[in-house]
Amino acid sequence: MTSELFLQYLVAGITYGSIYTVVAIGFNIIYNTTGIINFSQGEFVMLGGMVAITLHNFMALPLAILLAVLITMAVGAAIEMLFIRRLRSPSVLRMIIVTIGVSILIREVALHLWGSGVRSLPYFIGNEITTIKLGPVFVSPQVLWVVGTCLVMVVLLLLFFQATSLGREMRACAANRVAAVLCGIETRNMVTLSFVLSAGIGALAGAVVSPITYSQYDNGTGLAIKGFTVAILGGLGNSLGAVAGGLLLGVVEAFSVSVVPLAFQDAVAIAVLLLILFVRPHGLFGSGATAAMKEF
Amino acid sequence: MLKIRNLEAGYGKLRVLRKVSMHVSAGEIVAIIGANGSGKTTLLGAISGLVGATSGEIRFQDEDLTLLSASRIPARGCVLVPEGRQVFAAMTVEENLLLGGHPLAREKRGELDGLLAHQYELFPILRERRKQLAGTLSGGEQQMLAMGRALMSRPSLVMMDEPSTGLAPLIVRDIFAIIARLRQEGNTVLLVEQNAKAALAIADRGYVLETGKVIIQGPAEDLLANRDVQRAYLGREKLEG
Repeated sequence: MTSELFLQYLVAGITYGSIYTVVAIGFNIIYNTTGIINFSQGEFVMLGGMVAITLHNFMALPLAILLAVLITMAVGAAIEMLFIRRLRSPSVLRMIIVTIGVSILIREVALHLWGSGVRSLPYFIGNEITTIKLGPVFVSPQVLWVVGTCLVMVVLLLLFFQATSLGREMRACAANRVAAVLCGIETRNMVTLSFVLSAGIGALAGAVVSPITYSQYDNGTGLAIKGFTVAILGGLGNSLGAVAGGLLLGVVEAFSVSVVPLAFQDAVAIAVLLLILFVRPHGLFGSGATAAMKEF
Repeated sequence: MLKIRNLEAGYGKLRVLRKVSMHVSAGEIVAIIGANGSGKTTLLGAISGLVGATSGEIRFQDEDLTLLSASRIPARGCVLVPEGRQVFAAMTVEENLLLGGHPLAREKRGELDGLLAHQYELFPILRERRKQLAGTLSGGEQQMLAMGRALMSRPSLVMMDEPSTGLAPLIVRDIFAIIARLRQEGNTVLLVEQNAKAALAIADRGYVLETGKVIIQGPAEDLLANRDVQRAYLGREKLEG
C-alpha cells in the first residue's frame, strides 16, 4: 500500500469515525442519566438529515439545518415525555424495549413521509468533486465540515458537563439518583434534557454527513449499530472513550476495505462489537470495577 | 418546626409505620432510636418524600410535606443525610458540596462560595481533599462530606440517618462532636441511630421506635435512665462491645 493510499484510507476512517463518535456520545448522554440504551438514537441522526433536506427546499441551508436540529430535539423531548416518563414501573429493560419500539415507529413514519428514496443535502462548499489538498492527500471540504463539527460538539459537550452547574446536575443524576433527589434536583427534567441533547447532536451529525453518506428513512439503524459498538468499545458512559473508540472503529472499517470486499464493512463493525463483548465487556477504556456497579 | 401526626407509611402492601406522632422544635437535637427494622429509616424517608405516606400528616413550618415530591422538599429547608452516605462517588468533593447548594433559591446562589468556606471550616479534611473524587474518601470522610453537602443549603432541619454506621469509634466520636456543634450554631437536628447511647448523650429528647410504633418518648436523660430502654437498647451494646 502506498503512503498516499494509506493516508486516504485514514482520512475516510476519521470521517466516519467522528460520526460514530457523535452517535456513541448520544448513547452515553442518555445512558448516564437513565441507565438505559436508547435504541432510537440512530433515528435522530436520520431525522436530522431528512428534515434538513426537506426544509432546504424552502430556505437557506444553515437555517434548514438549524431548524432540523430543533425539530429533532423536540422529537427527543416528546419521546421522553410521551413514552419513557409514563412507564408505571420503569425497569431498565422495559425502557430499552420502549426505545426499540419508538425507533421502529419513527422509521415507519419517515417511510410514509419521505418514501424509500435516497436523498441528500448539497455539499456545503463546492460539490462532490471539489477537493482540497491537505499535504499528500485530497479531501472533500465536506469531510472537514464533518470532522470539524463533530470535534466542536465533543469539546462543547465536555465543557457543558464539566464546567456548568446544569451539566454537574446531570452528572449527579447519573452518579446517584437518590442523592440527586435529596439535593433537590428534578431528576425527571434531567432525563428529558438528556433526550433533547442527544437528539440535537445526533441531528446535527446527520445533517453534516448527509452529503457524503446520503439520507434514507432507514439509515439510522446502521448508524445506531456502529454508534453502539463505539459506545461499548469506549466503555458505556465514557465520552472520551467514545472518541477513541469511534476513531478506532472508523479506521479499522476503512482499512478493512483493502482486505475484504466493501459489502463486508458492516460485518467488520459487528465482528468488532462481538469481540469486545466476549473479551472486554466493560470496553477498552472502562474499568471492570465500575462496570460491575452498572446494571448493563 | 416539624410536627408529625398519625403517620402511616410503607412499601407497597407492607405497612412499616403505624400511627407515628412526634415533633421537633427549633434548636433541638431529637434522637430516634430503635432496633433494625423498627421503621427509623422509613420515618426519615417519609419526611423527605422518598417513601410515600398512606395516611397522617407531616407538617413542616406549616406546610404538609406529604403533598410535595421528594425533589421539592430540600428547598423548603428540610434536608436528609441518607443512610450509607450516598455521596456522588465519581465526582469531586467540591462538586458534591456545590450540588448540595442546589436547593438554594437562584438569587442566593451568590452565597455558595461563603457556604463552601463554612463547610471547609467545619470539616477541614474536606478542604484538603476537595479535588479528590468522593469515592476515594474513607467512610468517615464520606460521612462528613454527606453532612457538609446537606448543610450547603442552610437547611432549618437536618435529618441524619445512622451517621455512625461502619465507622471506627474514634471517628464516631468526631461525628457526634460535630453534630453537637451544629446545634450550638443554631441548627435543628433529627438523628436516627442504632448507637442509642451516643445519640442520647447529645440529644435533648428522644423517641424509641419499635415495630413501627413510638413506644417511649421523653427527655434524653430520662430515656438514658429508663430501665426498659437500658435493657433493650443500652445494655445490649455493653454485651457487644
